[in-house]
Amino acid sequence: MHTLDELIVQSPVFDGLDPEQLELVAGCGKNVAVDAGKRLFREGDPADTFFLVRHGLVALETYVPNRGQVTVVTVGPGEICGWSWLVPPHRWRLTARVVEPVRAVEFDGACLRRKCEEDPVLGYDLLSRFAGDLADHLQSAYMQVIDVYGDRTS
Amino acid sequence: MAIALPERSAVARGAMTPLPYRVVRKRRENHDNWTLELEPVAEAIEPIGPGQFTMLYSFGVGEVPISTSGDLERGGTLVHTIRAVGAVTKALCATKAGDVVGVRGPFGNTWPIAAAEGRDLLLVGGGVGLPPLRPVVYHALAHREDFRRIAVLYGGRTPDDLLFRRELDRWRGRLDVDVTVDAAGAGWTGKVGVVTKLIPPAAFDPADAVAFVVGPEIMMRFTARALLERGVPAERIWISMERTMRCGVGLCGHCQLGPTLICRDGPVYRWDELAPLLEVPEL
Repeated sequence: MHTLDELIVQSPVFDGLDPEQLELVAGCGKNVAVDAGKRLFREGDPADTFFLVRHGLVALETYVPNRGQVTVVTVGPGEICGWSWLVPPHRWRLTARVVEPVRAVEFDGACLRRKCEEDPVLGYDLLSRFAGDLADHLQSAYMQVIDVYGDRTS
Repeated sequence: MAIALPERSAVARGAMTPLPYRVVRKRRENHDNWTLELEPVAEAIEPIGPGQFTMLYSFGVGEVPISTSGDLERGGTLVHTIRAVGAVTKALCATKAGDVVGVRGPFGNTWPIAAAEGRDLLLVGGGVGLPPLRPVVYHALAHREDFRRIAVLYGGRTPDDLLFRRELDRWRGRLDVDVTVDAAGAGWTGKVGVVTKLIPPAAFDPADAVAFVVGPEIMMRFTARALLERGVPAERIWISMERTMRCGVGLCGHCQLGPTLICRDGPVYRWDELAPLLEVPEL
């Protein structure tokens, strides 16, 4: 049986935090299990949580007229699902649908924001870590936009 | 007075003369990719190695370089998987069993499979980059005990663009196989995202792994970056380059990349040796 501290430190986003910081972060989290087909959050709703996926697969989707729900990206083990809690207006920009049954640590974003405001050192550290994660996702999105497998003639 | 002419040999024939090969089997892989199995009409080219390519000639249309995608352990026919995207490749993909095409080669170097023996082997393919890796997969399956963990990471544009889907399912029993697509509709239940996203969660020891990477150049750059970030040493990352190739033997210069000619010195290169050249836009 792992403690929450032990579980969350396995994520690159939290790896390297000192034990005191880990305890603060873990204090805002809880273990959850979500069945396939369920939603973790819905586009437009208030964003006060985020998830560290431990097992399973989550599709981040948006509705496209005439195409229905379109998956933008999937999130799997070790990855963070949800960043809208971090920045105003704190509303989900995408919908998260569980594709394969998920076990995750669900964090109370409002709780973590409050702790970051009270402890600017922790706040800066966490923000830097999430910024790195967001940069990785931005780079992936660039690659998708470039359409690297597009047509070439020969 | 009669002059005795030497017998026609591969050497006398030269590397620029295509040999006639007959299409014996053709299989549709997806909406725009076909696999052709070819047999020599008479004289055969030298045995082809994993990573090498031939120049396939659609008579009257033109030639294109195509990597072998077959099971070289089994031998027999010459196997190429071709994407119908230009005039020549469309003509090749339009051939039927019994038709004859021209073959020159084999050209280029091979994947350094021996360097991966005793280590974890990571094969990363993007788009039509999977066919050049397939001979390595066949080799690894036939000599499974020579390697530790083996992972095949494959990224495609959409689910409809993926190649060898049934084979990927079969390989899953003996190798780690992970697949993602850049974009998908409602029917796809797999991963969505770029192929580099498959690298962080893949099960391998970066300090003792060898990676072979094939795909569009930009995909290989991002993949190499992700492998380096994971801790794979640059000298154990190998990529297969594609540039416009015409002669196949280092004469015409079409495939020149700075000081190297890809048809002659490549197409397989060590990442630390080639990366500086890829950073020069003028090349």
